[in-house]
Amino acid sequence: MDDVDLSPSQPCDDPAPSSDGAGVSRRDFFGLTWRALAAVLAGQAACVGLRFLASRPAEESQGQVLIAGLVSDFPPGTITPFEQARFFLIRFADGGFLALSVVCPHLACVVGWDGARGRFTCPCHGSEFERDGRVVNPPAPRPLDRYTVLIENDRVKVDTRQVLRRTQTDAADLVYAPSGAADTASHAPPVVPFHPGQPNP
Amino acid sequence: MRLTLNDLILHLHAPRVPRRALRVTYSYGLGIIAIALFLILGFTGVLLAFVYTPSPDKAYASILSLQSQVWIGALVRNLHHWSGNLLLIVSVLHMLRVFYTAAFHPPREFNWLLGLSLLVLVALSNFTGYLMPWDQLAYWATTISTSMLGYIPLVGDSIQHFLVGGSEIGEFALRTFFAFHIVVLPPLMIIIISYHLWRIRKDTFSLPRGLDEPPIDRRRIERVTTIPHLITLELALGLATLALMIAWSTWVDAPLEDAANPAHPPNPAKAAWYFMGFQELLLHFHPVIVTVVIPALTAAGLFLLPYVDADPRPERDVTGVWFRSRRGRRLAALNALAGIGVTAALVVLDEFWLDLPGLFPSLPTVISNGAIPFGAILWLLGVYYWVLGRRGATRSERNLALFTLLFMAFVTLTVIGVFFRGENMALVLPWTT
Repeated sequence: MDDVDLSPSQPCDDPAPSSDGAGVSRRDFFGLTWRALAAVLAGQAACVGLRFLASRPAEESQGQVLIAGLVSDFPPGTITPFEQARFFLIRFADGGFLALSVVCPHLACVVGWDGARGRFTCPCHGSEFERDGRVVNPPAPRPLDRYTVLIENDRVKVDTRQVLRRTQTDAADLVYAPSGAADTASHAPPVVPFHPGQPNP
Repeated sequence: MRLTLNDLILHLHAPRVPRRALRVTYSYGLGIIAIALFLILGFTGVLLAFVYTPSPDKAYASILSLQSQVWIGALVRNLHHWSGNLLLIVSVLHMLRVFYTAAFHPPREFNWLLGLSLLVLVALSNFTGYLMPWDQLAYWATTISTSMLGYIPLVGDSIQHFLVGGSEIGEFALRTFFAFHIVVLPPLMIIIISYHLWRIRKDTFSLPRGLDEPPIDRRRIERVTTIPHLITLELALGLATLALMIAWSTWVDAPLEDAANPAHPPNPAKAAWYFMGFQELLLHFHPVIVTVVIPALTAAGLFLLPYVDADPRPERDVTGVWFRSRRGRRLAALNALAGIGVTAALVVLDEFWLDLPGLFPSLPTVISNGAIPFGAILWLLGVYYWVLGRRGATRSERNLALFTLLFMAFVTLTVIGVFFRGENMALVLPWTT
């Protein structure tokens, strides 16, 4: 059935049988030793290589504590995109602040605010989120990640050093300005109201 | 010189080969074409390495200068780009040919594994090379693909960190991909290709056979000398491939979009075309299903196939018969059509009517959008496989039916992803946009 086999037959092997019960022959012993040493060497090389590669310094994080503006710069019911820092600062009608990462928790595309539909939408796989980050249309498996919002001396600060993952949205994620703070606008950054009917610039 | 060349040829090939094995309507020369493309890729790749700068600030500019300032720079890039894409297609066609002629049945089962490994390496080469131009297409396709790795349980985060080194694709990722693309993958492929070719000589060529032809007695077949019969064929195919690639690359430019902008994904943002089947699946299933379960099942199925497919009885040998048998041919045609139709129907159903997470709001999406729909599909496939067996199909014929169904389903998903997905990945008709 087979083609003519032109490759040499088994090379001449140890003439002395090794498995005769008298233990391991000298040749087999050395053969085994060499193989074991080669395996150890290969294992070492693999470990050294992996350890070397694992110690590469990670990509530098761009995070910082960013002063977004004064509390009064963000009227209730607005969403303000911070393009460079990659987050949205949302102020709800009740005055609560929330900073949401623009990175879609599904596969890391950048979501945009679709004002007409009142939702964040992802152009890659069609996930949609409420303004509090809740998933309204999968495939995204969890809400939009958030950043810590701090309000100090009437200034709104966003800590982008650490992304906070969450499995559920929580009203406790909202941050409120201490009562009595003035709510008058000053030098306002571009603000996108909730319902103007135009998509995020 | 001539003697050395002949020696080399006869080192790779047996000195004489069955005349039957040279029938072009059997192998279609796909393996030879793949090798020719690999050589083109090696040559153009070496040239490109002298021009390209693997850094986010300079990569895109170096591609622009390659295309505008280097002599035939655009042609060399086009050749590399199109040969890489075509190599993936040819490798898949080569696999299909081997599958449908049962050429992977013993004694060639191990070479099937080597071939599959090569297919994986070709895909990885395409994938790592995709990032190199650092344009919008490259950046976002790679962002999507590496994020997919994050869903692998236990090791996903480490793998992602190993490749990307942070939260977004940057210098770290580009350096890693570049290293894989030019120093890790090509030598690996050269080693496995050599092994693959040597196994062909060792296992002998499988021989084409008609539907009702009995198994071939290899001792009584006509043989011809490798030089010149086989060698002429190989050279002709290789040169034709080269000519065709040069002609194509002269007229059709490799795509290059605007420079990568991490703040603005294009809409729709799509992965490389060969990953669009996966991206389409991601619209319908939880990512764990798409990035772990489906690849693992596919790999297990394909790697185990040669060890479970063949009937050991010599009179049941189907090696060399296209589609195994009459029933095999019928099953192949039916399942190809079913694969297209059912997949398209399911995609439309899920897009407009089916809302499983809405039906089971209390369940996590990994169950409602993962285990439930995928489990149902697996169960249906199992029932189908069982019914085919009850109706008299051999194991090999049933495997062929299932393989055809799933392969055509994947092709359909890819076509839908590439042509029928518009803004926000909504279903659109390509001729209306």
